Amino acid sequence: MTDAFADQVGLLARRSVVRTARQPANVVFPFVFPLLLLAVNSSGLKSATSLPGFPTDSYLAFALAVPFIQGALFATMNAGTDLARDIQTGFLNRLALTPMRGTALLAGQLGGVMAMTVAQTAVWIGAGLLLGVDIASGPLGIVVLFVFSLLLGLGFGAIGAFLALRTGSGEAVQGMFPVFFVFLFISSMAIPRNLIEIDWFRTATTLNPVSYLIEAVRSLIIIGWDAEALALGFGIATLIAAIAVSLSSLALRTRLTRS
Amino acid sequence: MRTLSVAQGVAWRVLHNVFTNPSLLIPSLVFPLFFFVAFAGGLSRIGQVPGFDYPPGYTAFQFVFVLLQSAAFGGVFTGFGIARDFESGFGRRLLISAPHRTGIVLGYAAAALVRWLLTAAVVTAVAIIAGMQVGGNGVDLFGLYALGLILNLAAILWAAGVALRLRTMQAGPVMQMPVFLLLFFAPVYVPLALLQGWIHDVARVNPITRMLEAGRGLLAGTPTEVGLAFGVAVALVLAFSLWALRGLRSAEQAG
Repeated sequence: MTDAFADQVGLLARRSVVRTARQPANVVFPFVFPLLLLAVNSSGLKSATSLPGFPTDSYLAFALAVPFIQGALFATMNAGTDLARDIQTGFLNRLALTPMRGTALLAGQLGGVMAMTVAQTAVWIGAGLLLGVDIASGPLGIVVLFVFSLLLGLGFGAIGAFLALRTGSGEAVQGMFPVFFVFLFISSMAIPRNLIEIDWFRTATTLNPVSYLIEAVRSLIIIGWDAEALALGFGIATLIAAIAVSLSSLALRTRLTRS
Repeated sequence: MRTLSVAQGVAWRVLHNVFTNPSLLIPSLVFPLFFFVAFAGGLSRIGQVPGFDYPPGYTAFQFVFVLLQSAAFGGVFTGFGIARDFESGFGRRLLISAPHRTGIVLGYAAAALVRWLLTAAVVTAVAIIAGMQVGGNGVDLFGLYALGLILNLAAILWAAGVALRLRTMQAGPVMQMPVFLLLFFAPVYVPLALLQGWIHDVARVNPITRMLEAGRGLLAGTPTEVGLAFGVAVALVLAFSLWALRGLRSAEQAG
């Protein structure tokens, strides 16, 4: 990477972070909402731990994996909405007139999302430790959680960027939020897959890639080092990131050509 | 009479907008169904937790929550429409043209009720198709839906009060978040008796808990605390009526 390109990425990533930080709703919701749901679910579903076969006696530890994915969903929305606003306000067109490279725009935007993801991960882990969760995989596991979150931030941020570049509309990006929420709820977020009674629901959660993302994070928190869960989680997260970055790069090229 | 004609006009316009615009109609129908599927489908095993005793089963247990949730959020979604009307300037024109402005709030409330009736019908149909067991008789079920209607009214009056004061779509989270918290700080997944720790203490004083427990009793055919639940619901309506009307005054003063 040349110095000029790195400068461009750095500047745009900084812009992305500052812009997010300046909008209270963009900061409060990605941090407060997942914690709120964690508090509600971990208290409300505490008695689920008494079900035979439940993998831990702490529902909080079990549910701590969910904010990681919710945070990534919010990253998708923020990245997409911000980029769509850049398109709607003509910022992207003006940028296209400068020597700045298109890939720098995308990398900068995604860099900003990933910085946000690191902050979120620190909050989720900090909250968990503060509330007495014992991370079974230890300090190295915490490092892996950060790496995994960065990968999620990259993948989901790129999905947001792709949607924004394809539609050029913040409303359209926001309109996808319920779809992502469906993926989250029809997953193993609330109960292990093997304890789901309804057959079609268990099949849906098994087919849903989000289940494996959650289970990878969960394995580090409640089991320790589960090679299968980690391989599936990292594999799917890498695949999502690769596809989403490729699609958003193509969409950016088309968008800049149109401009 | 003039108040009623204003209310009729406002309600017709809101309903026309909602029923001819899929982006407004579909979320209010899909969200409750989605919660119903996720909770009743994914968490059905919770019905086997020791101490969980609800004869009609976990699907019925979650149905009552989803029904009341749809009532509350139906009110909030209509509140979004009020905020949108004021942001676009339509609200101001409405204030100028309406001879009796209380009718504006009444109209939005009537529209919210009609809108929720459709949602309730769809959610009920899906629950029955999903095999929900009903223990209550006709009177019990009437009580359950009446509870939902009153909650819907309370929610629209709350949201109207916020929308009329802030008059911007950015007020959405202010309308939504307290309702969301009240709903989820109630016994959503298990009965109150099985909740432990701080959530139990919060749920015990949460007004939604009374409605939820009474609603579940009505559906099971074993009514409990019904008078208290209706008392709480009516008290919420009265309090939020004042809140909404004062919001209307605030919008009038803003010009």
